Amino acid sequence: MTNETLIQIRNLNVTYGSQQAVQEVSVDIPAQQITAIIGPSGCGKTTLLRSISRLVELVDGVRVWGEVIFEGQNIYDPRVDVTEIRKRIGLLAQRPFPLPMSIYENVAYGPHIHGIRKRQELDAIVEKQLRAAGLWDEVQSRLHAPASALSIGQQQRLCLARGLAVEPEVLLCDEATSALDPISAQRIEDRLLELKRDYTIVLVTHILRQARRLADYVIFMYLGELIEHGPAEQVFNHPREARTRAYLQGELY
Amino acid sequence: MNKHFEERLFVGLMLASLAFIVGVLILILATVLIKGLPALNLAMLTQTPRGGYYLGKEGGILNAITGSLALAGGATLLSCLMALPVVLYLQVFAKNARLVELARLSLDVLWGVPSIVYGAFGFTLLLFLGLRASLLGGIIALALLELPILVRAMEEVMLMIPFDLKEASYALGATRLETSLRVVLRQAAPGLFTALLLAFGRAIGDAAAVLFTAGYTDRLPTSLLRPVASLPLAVFFQLGTPVPEVRERAYASALVLTVIILIISLGARLLSRRLTKYMIR
Amino acid sequence: MTGQRTRWRLRLDRLAGRVMAGMTIFAASLVLLIGLGLLARSRPLLDIQPLGELLTASTWRPLRGEFGFLPFIVGTLWVTGLGMVLAVPPCLLSAIYLAEYAPRRVRDAAKTLIDLLAGIPSVVFGLWGILVVVPIIRDFVTPWANTYLGFIPLLRSDNPTGYGVLAGSIVLAVMIFPIIISVIEEVLRAVPDGLREAALALGATRWQMVKGVVLRRSLPGVIAAIVLGFSRAFGETMAVMMVVGNVPQLPRSLFDAAYPLPALIANNYGEMMSIPLYDAALLAAALVLLLIVLLFTIVARLMLLRAVRRAT
Repeated sequence: MTNETLIQIRNLNVTYGSQQAVQEVSVDIPAQQITAIIGPSGCGKTTLLRSISRLVELVDGVRVWGEVIFEGQNIYDPRVDVTEIRKRIGLLAQRPFPLPMSIYENVAYGPHIHGIRKRQELDAIVEKQLRAAGLWDEVQSRLHAPASALSIGQQQRLCLARGLAVEPEVLLCDEATSALDPISAQRIEDRLLELKRDYTIVLVTHILRQARRLADYVIFMYLGELIEHGPAEQVFNHPREARTRAYLQGELY
Repeated sequence: MNKHFEERLFVGLMLASLAFIVGVLILILATVLIKGLPALNLAMLTQTPRGGYYLGKEGGILNAITGSLALAGGATLLSCLMALPVVLYLQVFAKNARLVELARLSLDVLWGVPSIVYGAFGFTLLLFLGLRASLLGGIIALALLELPILVRAMEEVMLMIPFDLKEASYALGATRLETSLRVVLRQAAPGLFTALLLAFGRAIGDAAAVLFTAGYTDRLPTSLLRPVASLPLAVFFQLGTPVPEVRERAYASALVLTVIILIISLGARLLSRRLTKYMIR
Repeated sequence: MTGQRTRWRLRLDRLAGRVMAGMTIFAASLVLLIGLGLLARSRPLLDIQPLGELLTASTWRPLRGEFGFLPFIVGTLWVTGLGMVLAVPPCLLSAIYLAEYAPRRVRDAAKTLIDLLAGIPSVVFGLWGILVVVPIIRDFVTPWANTYLGFIPLLRSDNPTGYGVLAGSIVLAVMIFPIIISVIEEVLRAVPDGLREAALALGATRWQMVKGVVLRRSLPGVIAAIVLGFSRAFGETMAVMMVVGNVPQLPRSLFDAAYPLPALIANNYGEMMSIPLYDAALLAAALVLLLIVLLFTIVARLMLLRAVRRAT
């Protein structure tokens, strides 16, 4: 675990029409750690997360200003190729959306669109990532079955494998376990704990206990503003702000 | 091929296609305007053709204008009387699920039936009833043509009415009929009116359905049982004449018809936008 | 104890229910009624020449009592087929643009214009065809094709008038733009946004996402839209009739005149009653059109159901 920061967010603002979702947020995301963004619903944590890979701009009428600096470059610079950014910063969404293809093709989709066409290379990638996601044993005999046939927990692991297949450096998780049953949720959490050795993970969760289990670094948001951030041990046990304390004690929602 | 290049290429093709389609629309409207505007004058709009509609040089298209309004007006009225009970049955009263399913399938097919078939059927019906081509015949054929369109449009409006509203009415002890008339129809009235406008617009522009059933004449519509002129047929019959003055009548008819339909179409759109502005979805 | 007034209300309600059910039964059986009506009047001809024979016979000489629908059916297929070929690519591209790329204002404006196009009456399209399309074909396309492409029989022209299959197809294509675009656009919009986000989050360009994910998912719906457009085009009468030449022959080139089935019915309504069996023949043609539309509607409906189920 190194001490450097991978992503620097500076003065980030996001508005949907006339509503301000994220207000003047500046924070650094540490490399190869799990950073949890917590806060009550509507506080802007999902918006903040999605701004990191420029997915927030897909919404009609959204405006973003400020900087997100990744590897020395502001990703919001119009000269930057957004598809490259998204390749290097992946997303695991709340609801698994398997692509309308087979299990194999789902995992191979990412590498394929980025130019890897050779069958052997794709085979190797598919196996490697399905293992990393903890799904290989369950699907290795039916790689060409449609992905829609999997259970929802399996689908989420498939989406994880799919996201890892493009070899991102960062993985963004947006409430990735809230649609799952407890057993599948646990499996995903175990995967994430293992993956943080090689990837930087930023996750959004409204389950405080999950944040306590997983986070190395915590960002607390309330009504679009960044209230407090720091190492998990410090924020959870010795919060500096009154609102942080109130939220941790269950008084703010 | 570089993925960004491929995207730019296809987006370019998309924009070209859209521009093409819009361009064609503008071209059509321009053609109608260029040919029709010079032909339009007071006499054209207020007189009937003199000396026969095909060869007579004098007069105008009043016969067609009034005829079309009578045809479309009558047909929309008749069709509305037929469509409302059907829509209310499908949305409020529906007891027999199979009937509902069958009705929907039938209405789907009817929606796709070309107007020439309605015209042919209308003709068979007229022969069967011993009538000749007349205003009434045209009204019947057009009413049948409008029926599936009206039912579909009206149902769309009714579907937007929240179930809670109907539930509130039933909870007060109202019957289905009372709920329909006092609550549902009242809530849906503006939308239903828009639907009627759209159906009217469809009917007034149709030539194939009235070809066999309404006949044609130089005179103004005076009786339900006599043939009546219509704007689409005014264009169709008078376009191929050797007499240039008669052709002018055809261009004028096309312009008047297009203007009427544009007004109805835009009017209906504006109306529906204003009405749904305050709705809570 | 139900009072007088309540009993009266309930009776009224029941009566209304019955009236509405009756009207619905009428609507449900209307297709059947139309079919039976047309069948009844075409009986005199169908008793002599059964439908199968009518569809495959190729001579049309009503004065001699020879009725063959083949040239008209082939003519309809030519015009409709070419019309679809001309219409589908621009419609598909436009619908994709409107559903996946266009900002809301552009989409609204475009949809208004497309609605306007949909409302223009058939005869006005025909007028435009006569005044614009036919002269262009006659004065520019025909000589050009004959000079450069004349070695391909499909593109050679013996017909200097400009009225023919090509003119009919162009007019027809323009007329079915609105329905194809709007159905495809609806089908595309039914695909959930989460799926789009999943593909884009992997670094796909928007076009890669549309091509590989959205279109793949909505394929049945797109096909349904095309089937629906074909069904509409098949029955289109007036506009095509005004520019297609109306010669009962089997066309051999795009520039040859043709005589689609709906045009046959519309053109001859005047002489219908004076020649024996002519009215039966024309009404049999109308019956054929009805049956074809019935078939296509059922097919399109089944496909749309599949598409909606897949997308949600």
